[in-house]
Amino acid sequence: MIRLNGVTKIYKNNDTPAVNNLDLHITRGETCILVGPSGCGKTTTMKMINRLVTPTRGSILINGQDNQKMNPVELRQNIGYVIQEIGLFPHMTIADNVATVPREKKWPEKKIQNRVDELLHLVGLDPAEYRNRKPASLSGGQRQRVGVARALAADPDILLMDEPFGAVDPITRTHLQNQFIRLQEELKKTVVFVTHDIDEAIKMGDTIAVMRAGHLVQLDTPDQLLSEPKNDFVSALIGGNRAIKRLNLVKTREVIDSKPIQTLKPDSPVDTARELLITSQLPAVPVVDDNNRLIGVVHKHVLSALKDQADIADVLETDGCVVDTGATLGDALSTMLNYGERYVIIVDENYSPCGIISFTYLLELMKNDAA
Amino acid sequence: MFIYGVSDNSLIAYMAANSDKILQLSLEHCLLVVVAVLIAIAIGIALGILISYYDVLAPAILYVCQIIMTIPSLALFGLFLPLFGIGFKTGVFTLILYCLLPVVRNTYVGITEIDPAIIEAAHGMGMNEASIMSKIKLPLAWPIIMAGIRTAVVMVVGIAAIASVVGAGGLGVFIFRGISQWNINAVLVGAIFVSLLAIILDQILKWVEYRSQV
Repeated sequence: MIRLNGVTKIYKNNDTPAVNNLDLHITRGETCILVGPSGCGKTTTMKMINRLVTPTRGSILINGQDNQKMNPVELRQNIGYVIQEIGLFPHMTIADNVATVPREKKWPEKKIQNRVDELLHLVGLDPAEYRNRKPASLSGGQRQRVGVARALAADPDILLMDEPFGAVDPITRTHLQNQFIRLQEELKKTVVFVTHDIDEAIKMGDTIAVMRAGHLVQLDTPDQLLSEPKNDFVSALIGGNRAIKRLNLVKTREVIDSKPIQTLKPDSPVDTARELLITSQLPAVPVVDDNNRLIGVVHKHVLSALKDQADIADVLETDGCVVDTGATLGDALSTMLNYGERYVIIVDENYSPCGIISFTYLLELMKNDAA
Repeated sequence: MFIYGVSDNSLIAYMAANSDKILQLSLEHCLLVVVAVLIAIAIGIALGILISYYDVLAPAILYVCQIIMTIPSLALFGLFLPLFGIGFKTGVFTLILYCLLPVVRNTYVGITEIDPAIIEAAHGMGMNEASIMSKIKLPLAWPIIMAGIRTAVVMVVGIAAIASVVGAGGLGVFIFRGISQWNINAVLVGAIFVSLLAIILDQILKWVEYRSQV
């Protein structure tokens, strides 16, 4: 899909090349992460793909065609581009921002408006509420989602993302990452993703290209990168706690049972709840409403002190320790630590509980890994 | 004629006696300013856009505009007299030159001060130069350009009072006749209505600016 052949970029007034004789092949539908310290040439590499930067030497083939021989405007219209939130046009509404590329491509206005609604839905923003708002009235995370929607507007095959989740707080970032992973599983775009955060790289990437001073140091899957770092630089970049980092390679949905988990209703009798806790050996039971949406949890220690006539609704804790099926085990672990609990409830896209992961389970997993 | 034989000395009486003339000369003054400013906006924004692309030209062009501003208006009107003859044309042409600096400079600054990340995002998404200019750069620079236009208008309403020397009419007629005939009321009427005109035009532009931002 994208092939870089001996690409070198030397900026004016600079002797050392920003990118030095880089060979890289990114296959269709793959998410390739360019990772490395600042100044390693990762952003320059990405910008050469959509010709924001012209290579000094070497060639870049996109679907077998040399991108230097393509019309730059057309080339870029067919490559989605996401940068940090600052790239939204502040004077335009959210709808107009998303409609940018379709308008340049002169789509009929009706089709554009439908597409805008579709995309806002896709990234989880209600069109009725957000269409006519300006970027300044959105939170950082919301702006970033608009950025993704804008890049996807004309349904490009390739997506270039330059530290797209860099400017948001850690919780929002995890959320955006998980949402993007889900989206990508559905859309199967060819993604080139630049980040300096190795954890993000391990979590998001099908392949990871570690760069240093313009050179490609190692190109591998996250798994291989963790188990066989090529040299000290890569090991240092990965850092310690490799067993914990490996947890980021597994999604929660891959480890939970397929059979539905047992839940309580707010009006369930206390007896049932006690029984459930004893048979399931779990520290807590999820409580759901009539649509099977999670509304809270009941803890074992609370229940044992409870009188038989009491209501489950009274002892319900709504601020639960929850992650979704797109999250990794690493996310699950950090959520547990944040809440100080020994379990985490997994919810699907409808917010229905579909599994519970316990701390002991994660410990076992890490122990086996280390061995 | 009208202004000469006024016996009552009060300013109000003078204004009442000359109300027709005041209205006529105010409209003339207004026309002079509006025509000059409109042409200056067209030329000024075009020049500002041009020098935003060719940075090397910017200091030279801005410098020339600045030098024009330092030439005393009376002299500049006089300089163009042989070229365009007595009347409206000389007045308008000179006023255009005075308008240029604020419009050109504010267009240039407005465009070049835009966050480069926004422009790069626009390029990266495959917008062509014309789209980027019309949909991104000019709208984002618009408040600054508008400020330049307002400066130009207020300034030129004052300078246009001198244009009556070259026969371009306007409220300067009151002022110059008042000076030559020791008629303080005539001078006052000229000055007051020039100021009023400046305030009114500025308020109209303020409204236009507000409306065009939403």
